[in-house]
Amino acid sequence: MNTNSIALGGDAPAHHFDGSKNVFGFWIYIMTDCILFATLFAVYAVLHTHTYGGPNAKELFSLPFVLTETLLLLTSSFTYGLGMLAIRTQASAEALVRWLWVTFILGFCFIAMEIYEFHNLYLEGHTWASSAFLSSFFTLVSTHGLHVTLGLIWMLAMIFQVKKHGITPLTKTKLTCLGLFWHFLDIVWIFVFSVVYLMGAI
Amino acid sequence: MLETLIGKLSNPQEVFPYMYEPVSQQIIIFSMLAFIVLAGVAVLGSITYFKKWGYLWREWIVTVDHKRIGAMYLIVAFVMLVRGFADAVMMRVQQAMAASPSDGYLVPQHFDQIFTAHGVIMIFFVAMPLMFAMFNLVVPLQIGARDVAFPFLNAASFWLFVAGALLANVSLLIGDFSHAGWLAYPPFSEIAYSPTVGTDYYIWAIQISGIGTLLSGINFFVTILKMRCQGMTLMKMPIFTWTALCSSILVMLIFPVLTIALALLGLDRYMDMHFFTTTFGGDQMMYVNLIWIWGHPEVYVLVLPAFGIYSEIVATFSRKPLFGYVTMVWATAVITVLSFIVWAHHFFTMGAGADVNAVFGILTMIISVPTGVKVFNWLFTMYRGRITFTSPMYWMMGFFVTFTIGGMTGVMLAVPGIDFQAHNSAFLVAHFHNTIIGGVVFGYFAGLTYWFPKMFGFKLNERLGKCAAWCWVIGFFVAFVPIYIAGGLGLTRRLYHYDAATGFQPYLIVAAIGAGIIALGVVFQVLQIIVSIKNKNKPEYRDLTGDPWNGRTLEWATSSPPAFYNFARDPEVTCIDAFWEQKEKGLDVQGKPKNQSRPYHAIHMPKNTAMGFIIGILAFIFAFAMVWHIWWLAIVGLVASIGAIIVRSFNYDIDYYVPVKEVERIELKHQQEMTMVKP
Repeated sequence: MNTNSIALGGDAPAHHFDGSKNVFGFWIYIMTDCILFATLFAVYAVLHTHTYGGPNAKELFSLPFVLTETLLLLTSSFTYGLGMLAIRTQASAEALVRWLWVTFILGFCFIAMEIYEFHNLYLEGHTWASSAFLSSFFTLVSTHGLHVTLGLIWMLAMIFQVKKHGITPLTKTKLTCLGLFWHFLDIVWIFVFSVVYLMGAI
Repeated sequence: MLETLIGKLSNPQEVFPYMYEPVSQQIIIFSMLAFIVLAGVAVLGSITYFKKWGYLWREWIVTVDHKRIGAMYLIVAFVMLVRGFADAVMMRVQQAMAASPSDGYLVPQHFDQIFTAHGVIMIFFVAMPLMFAMFNLVVPLQIGARDVAFPFLNAASFWLFVAGALLANVSLLIGDFSHAGWLAYPPFSEIAYSPTVGTDYYIWAIQISGIGTLLSGINFFVTILKMRCQGMTLMKMPIFTWTALCSSILVMLIFPVLTIALALLGLDRYMDMHFFTTTFGGDQMMYVNLIWIWGHPEVYVLVLPAFGIYSEIVATFSRKPLFGYVTMVWATAVITVLSFIVWAHHFFTMGAGADVNAVFGILTMIISVPTGVKVFNWLFTMYRGRITFTSPMYWMMGFFVTFTIGGMTGVMLAVPGIDFQAHNSAFLVAHFHNTIIGGVVFGYFAGLTYWFPKMFGFKLNERLGKCAAWCWVIGFFVAFVPIYIAGGLGLTRRLYHYDAATGFQPYLIVAAIGAGIIALGVVFQVLQIIVSIKNKNKPEYRDLTGDPWNGRTLEWATSSPPAFYNFARDPEVTCIDAFWEQKEKGLDVQGKPKNQSRPYHAIHMPKNTAMGFIIGILAFIFAFAMVWHIWWLAIVGLVASIGAIIVRSFNYDIDYYVPVKEVERIELKHQQEMTMVKP
């Protein structure tokens, strides 16, 4: 709502930034992303038995490896939360940036492990072209990975913006949105872990 | 080497497939290309001649003003309408000619591309932009807002849409377009059976513009929920805004599914995956399910705002509040929900079994109930109203008759037993044209005529508008009643040629004549615009008051065209037809006595930016490179697109304040104009 301009008289009004619209809009965007993932999960649910004589999930995936990935990503969500707490408790840009770097490194390790896993599968001859099951597996998991990668790029951008502008209402709003995105990807990963890896191991 | 550099562009047979076709086809293609080139030269030349490039850049290309963006959507939609309509005429003529022994004048692969392009263009690049044109022009004004929630995003959405539309049209000259019908069912759309770039053009054109559509959906949802003026509770919102809200919800829920469906098809084609292939465990019917989970709600995305337009028009021109506002809102909401649970009626013949088909059949029929509620509400609004038969009302009358018939054939097709007979027949083609032309197209034409003076400051010629409406309505029935009949007799859709003994030809000749009558309607519309622009300063055209139709909602409370900040003072409302009440009581938009002079305030506005335009161009480059397998360019385009977004995010100087003096100057001018009009 345009309450800003109502309150302002004269030619040189003070600048107010109300980020509620942005955060709300970003929530809505995340819901649409949720539908995107839901569609991919539905596709995986249909195709996970279509192995075309090739190996199934149980034969391919190593649970301890994926559990490590999971822990990395969950910890990165936690460290992001600590960064946001640092804004509230210390109002310190340095502390925030430190936590963002920790988050970034954890996320980066997650992506590195995922690429390693994909590469191994590829070397063993289990590619996305082998069966409909593997097509849907690679697509679902790498769509999540692609999101995490974009999140990492965004995080880098935010590190520089915080260094440049400090903690302002605008950077805070952006960080809130990035946080929503990051935690959302965690939740999606929980589903990937459960549906693809845990249920696959049964 | 050459292939790494320019990908598939190194293969002349792929780039210029029409050079390898019969001379008759080349004549058609080259005359069309000549027309496009001449038109392009004429447009670009006149911009240069009149030295308008600077104006075009400053006032339009970099704008984030929702009204300007709406007008640009409108222009692109109209150009695309002419293109899509030309496709329709070509198909009608082909089918009218092609009774054996004649093969008609088109070769099959050309005919395939035409019916595919017709469907894709009419839905994605005509109906969708017409809808977003109306949203952009009307929604912020109706809710008393300064702009949409995210003005920059709005501009980016528009330019992404343009990139998609451009990509679909580049395929005319470079390469071919998809042969696989407007929804590209696999396995035919797979690389094994459609090896040319046509299907890739199709995929990327829709993906790029689809992102724009999704972002617009989010934008309008947030705008409507967060930016309504003081006093406008949800149940006091103008009905068009309600339909825009429901339509935005649908867009947000379905476009991710379309994105995935087409992405998976793309992965099959590009990466040798097996989602929908015939081997390696692929499942074609999954694609059909996914695409219709998008596709069925999509028709409601398009038609709900049209229903909103009819509701606004019927109230204004009957001089009565809309009958049954609350039931209208509920009917809209119920349609929104129901539209999600009927998709399987598009493929009753899949073999899901009698139980599933029965459920979907019954649910489909239930949708006609809220739609019926709406029709009766409009009728009761007119009942004992003081109706003026302006051209928007002509479109509405045409809609009543046409859409009701289309709805009834829809209920017929919802019966699975009948559908097994009519599946993929011309009867179906006639049915959905009946609802889309009768419901969507007439609705947006009505809305265009109704809101045109608000956008541009002058009315359209009424007489030519009425002629156009008559031609469209009559032309529609002449074109599609024979197609219903021929479909009932067994004419399948997308038929390239047929045996004369089938007896289809007389029907198809009549249908072609119908298309000609519609073409006459289009000519009247073009004439209408030209004549109106020529006479725009004459008193019977010029709209100085901002309220040419004696309207009821807030958009008529501003000047025509509105100042870039829309309202000098934030409106406050107390009831549904807010502006009507304010007029009756002699109040201003804030519900205060009119002649009370109060100071204005500085107005907070977003700054213009070229970044939306740049993102559109980069997206186009990326998509074009993907179509032609020019991998390095695709990477460059993608990285540059992401880079542009990052650069934009580093820009913290995105808004400014309009000084009070400037507001005073603009408002004074409008007040002087108002006093020039004497009733």
